[in-house]
Amino acid sequence: MPIRTTNRNRTTPMTGRQIAGSEITAEAVYMRRREALRAFGLGAVALVAGCSADSAAEDGAAATQEPMPGTPLAIAERGKYVVADPLTRYKDVTHYNNYYEFGTDKGQPARTSAGFHAHPWNVEIGGHAEVTGRFTLEDLLKPHALEERIYRMRCVEGWSMVIPWVGIGLGDVLKRFKPTSSAKYVAFTTIERPAEMPGLATRILDWPYREGLRIDEAMHPLALLAVGLYGRELPNQNGAPLRLVVPWKYGFKGIKSIVKIEFVERQPQTTWNQMASDEYGFYSNVNPDVDHPRWSQRTERRIAGEGFNLFGNRTPTLPFNGYADQVASLYAGMDLRRNF
Amino acid sequence: MRFFRDRVAAFKPLFFALCLLPLAMIAWDTFADRLGTDPVAQLEHRTGIWALRLLLATLAITPLRRLTGRRELVRFRRMLGLFAFFYASVHLTTYVVVDLGAYWAQLGADIVKRPYITVGFTAWLLLVPLALTSTRAMMRRLGRQWQRLHKLVYPIALLALLHFLWLVKADHREPLVYCAIFVGLMAVRVGWFRARARVGRVVEGA
Repeated sequence: MPIRTTNRNRTTPMTGRQIAGSEITAEAVYMRRREALRAFGLGAVALVAGCSADSAAEDGAAATQEPMPGTPLAIAERGKYVVADPLTRYKDVTHYNNYYEFGTDKGQPARTSAGFHAHPWNVEIGGHAEVTGRFTLEDLLKPHALEERIYRMRCVEGWSMVIPWVGIGLGDVLKRFKPTSSAKYVAFTTIERPAEMPGLATRILDWPYREGLRIDEAMHPLALLAVGLYGRELPNQNGAPLRLVVPWKYGFKGIKSIVKIEFVERQPQTTWNQMASDEYGFYSNVNPDVDHPRWSQRTERRIAGEGFNLFGNRTPTLPFNGYADQVASLYAGMDLRRNF
Repeated sequence: MRFFRDRVAAFKPLFFALCLLPLAMIAWDTFADRLGTDPVAQLEHRTGIWALRLLLATLAITPLRRLTGRRELVRFRRMLGLFAFFYASVHLTTYVVVDLGAYWAQLGADIVKRPYITVGFTAWLLLVPLALTSTRAMMRRLGRQWQRLHKLVYPIALLALLHFLWLVKADHREPLVYCAIFVGLMAVRVGWFRARARVGRVVEGA
């Protein structure tokens, strides 16, 4: 199977030096940030913070007036993958999570995941590859430079966010293990730690959570192994310390807290597909033309921006979540209604 | 001169205010920007859940009356029913105006194609004639027909529960709690119905 590595990212046209949307700070946002910082008694720091807003992360965070916990990450690259839409606030990204291992209510993971130990962390690599075994998270990340990528995230439930992730290309990591020709798919597994994950006590899903990609999907440059968001380490409720982000697929494909990656020959069993195969396909590419059997996927409610925004959040859902130019070729000749 | 006819009449304004309390709390949270990350979903959930609670409350009146022997309870039922309709209407309006907004034309397709919206909308539609015929004058005019018409409350409750069950992705515990309450309220009725039938047979046999 050919592995696509030549697909250039075209989320935004690259002409000369790219100016990320994040570099242009709207006056209103800037003023609010000044106010916020003053409110926190950090007047003296305001000027410095205002000058160093070279990251989308800083903008969104300051405007929320929320201090961001977590260790800042050393980010080597920014602005290559951006989205013109406003970012979702840090507070919203981290307090509205579908992570059933910590409870099915979206507010629960932020409340119940504090006791989860994301360090130390090991990932088992197995299956059809020349290099396999157990690796520490540090070993896994060491050869790679961290990158900030701003992606849209479309949940299968009909809402969406815009999130500045920090991570490394999934394909770049996978290649190091030299998958063999039998590696047609990649299967991922989430950790199952009942003592630290109260949601596991209820058999809502068939634990542990499992997801999978076709090998060419996994090797696609847009597929990201995220270790952070808003410039900091992932909070537990967002899938610390290592999670998948596949921006052209529904959010549930982005499996969290990964402990196992396997190269397999057959399409792997995935959790939501197993739970209701007529509702959640293996591919689960964002597609406004294929409705969920119980609700429409034609439009979505965007959770982003500042302040009181009750009206006008609905926006059309785009094929492949707006990444059709980059990924549609992966599915050439396939009936996307059948392979949903 | 007494201001109210009796104690029930005196309690009604308070009861009315009590029924408005959830709306006031929802409004308060809305304007205080305390509805959380997805305020529209919260509005829909909270208005819908109160419509369902009040609907089940109307169905609890008869069993409660029989258990407590307090016949005056029935005089609160109309208000409960009308408030159930009120919250269901706010719920539907929220969905159409706030959630769909500029995409309100999607409503037609949603009603036809989405089972959970179909049943939810049907439940609301069936509540309309009940609300319209809730006046004393209509009760008099419809006579026996009124009783039969208002039996619609049972299928309405079923549709509302189905609406709730179907919109949930995997964790059905919350809607199942309401289903259990409904089943309980129905089981009580079946019990009485059978007891009455038995008494009837005994009387006939004698």
